[in-house]
Amino acid sequence: MMVDEGLKSELRKQGVYVTTWDQLVNWGRSNSIWPLQFGLACCAIEMIATAASRYDIARFGSEIFRASPRQADLMIVAGTVTKKMAPQVVRLYNQMAEPKYVISMGACATSGGPFHKGYNVLKGIDRYIPVDVYIPGCPPTPEALLDGLMRLQERIKARPFKAAMDEKQGEYAVPAYGDRGLLPRYNPGVWRPPTLPPVVATATPTSSASSSTPPSGPGLGRGPRRLYFSGPVGGMFAPHGASWRGPRACPWGST
Amino acid sequence: MRPALEGLKSAVEGGLPGVTLQLEGSVLMVEAKDVPRVCRFLKDTPAYEMDYLANLTAIDYPPDTLEVVYHLCSMRQKHGPVALRVKLPRANPVIASVTPIWRGAEFQEREVYDLFGVIFEGHPDLRRILMWEGFKGHPMRKDYVPEDQDAPDERA
Repeated sequence: MMVDEGLKSELRKQGVYVTTWDQLVNWGRSNSIWPLQFGLACCAIEMIATAASRYDIARFGSEIFRASPRQADLMIVAGTVTKKMAPQVVRLYNQMAEPKYVISMGACATSGGPFHKGYNVLKGIDRYIPVDVYIPGCPPTPEALLDGLMRLQERIKARPFKAAMDEKQGEYAVPAYGDRGLLPRYNPGVWRPPTLPPVVATATPTSSASSSTPPSGPGLGRGPRRLYFSGPVGGMFAPHGASWRGPRACPWGST
Repeated sequence: MRPALEGLKSAVEGGLPGVTLQLEGSVLMVEAKDVPRVCRFLKDTPAYEMDYLANLTAIDYPPDTLEVVYHLCSMRQKHGPVALRVKLPRANPVIASVTPIWRGAEFQEREVYDLFGVIFEGHPDLRRILMWEGFKGHPMRKDYVPEDQDAPDERA
């Protein structure tokens, strides 16, 4: 239940502060996100820089990198997730305290990045666990990581605590090692392979501007979850779609 | 570089009867059966004293050949690197391990075994180092086909 903004500001002038329980809890939660302390590749160096004095993630209340997943509520997947490492990452996610959030930092964690055609790199951690914020870049700058953290704070504030708690429950299946890759190759609960849209035969070929508009539709993209890119798109290996979609409003607050 | 390598080649051939090296460019080609003797000679001869194996890797030349490459340096005498290359049959690449000579070769030989499938005889612990146990194939070979991660998975 929201309080009328006009009434709220009028009361504030009288020294009376009105809020809701959800806003109070989310204000506290979003300003004390404790990340899990682990890094997988060069993105971790940028994450360390973000935590150090020059960029100072403590300004956002997230300076307490916990060495135990039981005490953390944010997983920053900072770097290349190899197939050998992916089961451990999923297991760490399962062990975190609810409600928990995931930032996919950089091109590797989002799509495999420069190793997209390799034999040993997972093409996106979102194949096994749900990702809340994707940060493009290779690696993303500390400013980009801070921007991603602020987007995550917006998302936390926009969701009632009870709903977030309900949504973030449950364990995700830990993949096993196969003879060429992981078994299964993805968790269909969070990700499905991209499918091409059906070819529609048009009787009259029109020379409209359809070729200049970017492709869109339910078949394109990375499965059922809507992509949400943080900040201005940068880096050499921004995932597909990032170049023309650009920054968008947080889709979570409107749902 | 070239005269020094020619001197090295003649010194090795003089010191080890029955061994012949080929000088190709700046690389000494060694036969597979001679590798332990040549390496031991280069390490123990005071004039060369190659006490540091800087690199051990392999190159795949399908369809027939695999090459193992050694880069040797001397920390004490501050010279090197000397590159040795060994041709192996791609179907059955077996070579003697140099881990008894340079302890640092152990993990590099495991990596070459893991990614190229070269068998190092005499290695103390020859198993995969980068890929997991149960992985099939040797992914740095040029005919290795990685799995299609985007393919639909009926097990999921």
